[in-house]
Amino acid sequence: MYGKGILKGLSVTWKRFWDTYLEDISWILKGKKRYFNEEGIRHRSSKNTRGIFTVQYPEEQLILPEEARYLPFLVYDEGPQGKQEVRCTSCGICAKVCPPQCIWIVRSNDPNTGRPIPEPTEFYIDGDICMNCGFCAEYCPFDAIKMDHDLDIAAYGRNVYNLEKLLKPASYYNLIRPMNAALEEQARRAKEAAKAAKAEASASPAT
Amino acid sequence: MTTPVLTPIADLTARFPGSVTKDERAGYSGFLVAKENLLEVAAAIRDEFGYDLLTAVTGVDYLAENKMEVVYHAYKTTGGPGLVFKVQVDRIDPVTVPSLVNIWPGVDFQEREAWDLLGIKFDGHPDLRRILMWEGYQGHPLRKDWKEPFFEEEVKPFKSRWPDGKHVFAEEKNPFRDNLNFPKNFDPDAYQPEAEKDLYSSLERFTLKSESGLKTDQIVVNMGPHHPSTHGVLRVAVTLEGETIMGLKPVMGYLHRNHDKIGERCTFLQILPYTDRLDYFNSMSNNFGYVITVEKLMKIPVAERAEYIRVIMAELSRIQNHLIFIGMLLNDLGTMYTPSLYAFEERELILDIFEAVSGARMMCNYFRFGGVVRDIPEDVMQKIKGLVQDRLPAKTDEMDRFLSENEVLVGRLKGVHVINAEDAAKFSVTGPVLRAAGVPYDLRRADPYGIYDRFDFDVAVRTHGDMMDNFLIRFDEIRQSLRILEQALKQIPQGPINSQKPQYQVRVPAGEAYGRIESPKGELAYYVVSNGKPNPYRYHVRPPSFVNLTAIEHICRGTKIQDFVALLAMLDIVMGELDR
Amino acid sequence: MENEKFSLPNYNIPEDLETIVAITTLDRLYNWGRRSSVWPLMFGLACCAIEMIAAQASRYDMSRFGMEVMRPTPRQADMMLVSGTVTKKMLPAIIRLYNQMPEPKYVVAMGACASSGGPFKEGYNVVAGIDKFLPVDVYIPGCPPTPQALIAGLIKLQEKIDRQSIKKVRWYDRKKEDANYVPMPILGPDLIDVRRNAEIKQAAAAKESAS
Repeated sequence: MYGKGILKGLSVTWKRFWDTYLEDISWILKGKKRYFNEEGIRHRSSKNTRGIFTVQYPEEQLILPEEARYLPFLVYDEGPQGKQEVRCTSCGICAKVCPPQCIWIVRSNDPNTGRPIPEPTEFYIDGDICMNCGFCAEYCPFDAIKMDHDLDIAAYGRNVYNLEKLLKPASYYNLIRPMNAALEEQARRAKEAAKAAKAEASASPAT
Repeated sequence: MTTPVLTPIADLTARFPGSVTKDERAGYSGFLVAKENLLEVAAAIRDEFGYDLLTAVTGVDYLAENKMEVVYHAYKTTGGPGLVFKVQVDRIDPVTVPSLVNIWPGVDFQEREAWDLLGIKFDGHPDLRRILMWEGYQGHPLRKDWKEPFFEEEVKPFKSRWPDGKHVFAEEKNPFRDNLNFPKNFDPDAYQPEAEKDLYSSLERFTLKSESGLKTDQIVVNMGPHHPSTHGVLRVAVTLEGETIMGLKPVMGYLHRNHDKIGERCTFLQILPYTDRLDYFNSMSNNFGYVITVEKLMKIPVAERAEYIRVIMAELSRIQNHLIFIGMLLNDLGTMYTPSLYAFEERELILDIFEAVSGARMMCNYFRFGGVVRDIPEDVMQKIKGLVQDRLPAKTDEMDRFLSENEVLVGRLKGVHVINAEDAAKFSVTGPVLRAAGVPYDLRRADPYGIYDRFDFDVAVRTHGDMMDNFLIRFDEIRQSLRILEQALKQIPQGPINSQKPQYQVRVPAGEAYGRIESPKGELAYYVVSNGKPNPYRYHVRPPSFVNLTAIEHICRGTKIQDFVALLAMLDIVMGELDR
Repeated sequence: MENEKFSLPNYNIPEDLETIVAITTLDRLYNWGRRSSVWPLMFGLACCAIEMIAAQASRYDMSRFGMEVMRPTPRQADMMLVSGTVTKKMLPAIIRLYNQMPEPKYVVAMGACASSGGPFKEGYNVVAGIDKFLPVDVYIPGCPPTPQALIAGLIKLQEKIDRQSIKKVRWYDRKKEDANYVPMPILGPDLIDVRRNAEIKQAAAAKESAS
């Protein structure tokens, strides 16, 4: 019969049209809110999602996975009296590994000793060249540069970030990537412990 | 499971003593053919040895040796290893090589590309115009002595970035403050643009003979580069008689992003994120092709668990690509949006998985030499299982029910744009389009890479080669991919995810490698030449979209212009990889 | 989203009248109308276009902002979303489209490539940012920006529209009728920006004397 296939197809759209309302009713019966809360958003991004699929950004925001990456930022630890202890040592690995070469670092030397200061004097990332590949964060040996989750960064001008704009506290990093931060912290502790043990071992025969 | 037909590589030197020699350079393989005998040898390779699919043609500029080399990769549609043969000519302009377009018509666009970017003239090519750059452009950019306007240094990393890298816009280093480079004493006021006379004169070849009495004029219509249905910025110049297409020339390069040239500046690792941006629907597959090519050069093993992760990601990528294909094909047929919205829903769920494992939705940059960058977390694994076992099969069936029997759709697709098996192979068409024409040529089976030889699946194949079969074969492939995924998810072992230590400088021994995978759109191959330095000496991508497009004029001549946009959807072109 | 209601915030309208009465300025009414129906040009260039489609599709649904009507013709479009790498070969077509758009028109540079050339900036066929030729209103970094980042950028554009005043907008200014007309570049041995012919001539001549 001509038109059977069309009707069959229409039954699919028909079913999907009602799905939203059926799902709404089932959530109401369960006494739960489907919109504008985390559970609802999670359900809408799961394999069981049915009916409406829209996540109404900016009121509702998708739950970003921990690994999600956007633009890079620099991490600093909060020292005593709010001092910013920048983790970056200006070793330059990120600038070397960056595929579009959008990182510029100025490393200064100590005027007295002539040795490099382990902190960048200036640090630029051209946000409009960055391709969000994540290599800088991946190969940084000091966990100093990380990929951000902040999506709302559109601007009315070119996005060239300097040190001031790039620095974010470690607490923010721990918030967006709790698992990675914990693992890195653990590795750092282990490294320090090993270093201390080694120093102790080498120090004891001398005394 | 069937094993691929393994044929020993033909011994050309015995057949053509004197004119063919083995390529003896360290790390290289294949045969060197004398330029004078190329046509004769090529005809023998096709007819006597049975290599009916010439997949890739590209050139290499050996500046130090003062040579230009053209490299050909020929395969059999029955499977098995390929045959590499090369022609070396002196690097004195004009560099000429005989064209093989009469033996394998599929080399048409690739030879034009070699002419455009490397300045190799192919004698006997009927339509040797620039293909990616515009007519009137100066220079052949892939030559080693050609510098782009924003040239900083030969290779990355650039020394100006560290340790005293005050941020400078690249614009400020260029005399025009722009990405421009003009010849000496160029006078823009006196310049007369060439106005694409080559393009239009190439179309003239299809002049119509006017019917008796009534004078009919052909008209030339330009579609694109801004057109809602050309899948990006493709342009086609069509000669029409009424509504019937008499001749057609695709004009591309509107998204030519100099992938090869940038690749030669980058280190091996830095190229990886650039490959994401080739076929931007399937960054996972692009990564896959590139890493197996470099692994071939480096001769390193891949961690067992990573092999499975790679397959899982590549197959998920294939599923979402085919779903989008179905949605976009329907869009082009005029079913505004509903099927593509349904397709995008499933795609979003798959992209969620990509984002959770790799960090990015589209540009995953997930593979590394020797493995992958990070393991799949357990909760994501559960999510993949849920999708693969519960959701995607049901949704594929729903899509099938929704569309496949629709009378209007069948009427638009059945018997339109037929390409037969012989022509498809002749034009080097690969992927679903070739299989829909009846050739069961799938690299996962014909020349297995990774661990595809461990899985039980059927090569989807259909026989008519028309649009309907091209549409249905996508459903078949989704179902086969789901089968592979089921097995991979069951068999995946625990263990390390990379056989190498994470490092940003890899040592790649000198040599050449040609790695190819079955990307969702066809055979995606990379040709990489290393000279032992941190950067590749030559880096070339053989994109399936680009080569499949060679057959477009053959397929659509004599059909109606209304169906043409659907043909573009059927070939499943994506501009990022077509123009690179 | 401060201008969601078009009543001015500092007037206290009784609750039962709120749906019937609004006290507002002409600017606010005018901008409210424009910002709620920004029709984008259906115009995809590269990877970012796919994210633009994703933003139009079921999950992000740009029609919530009145931006679902993508017009393939520039004559009916208000906003050009430059979504992807602008190549030299494509540039004349983009300029032509822009010139054909009627005022008021906005340009959003979506993604790194459109903003500055992005990762492909060094390429010989890539224009280092569409802002070299067109006045860009909002820059959205990212490669590609996720649909959420794109929507965040478009909200920025809406905020910009909110701040415009009917008395000052350029499209009612009779004197500067063609202020935003961009002359078409020519594809020569390299891209020729005709506004800078003298400069190009000078630099090309200087090139020879230097060598």
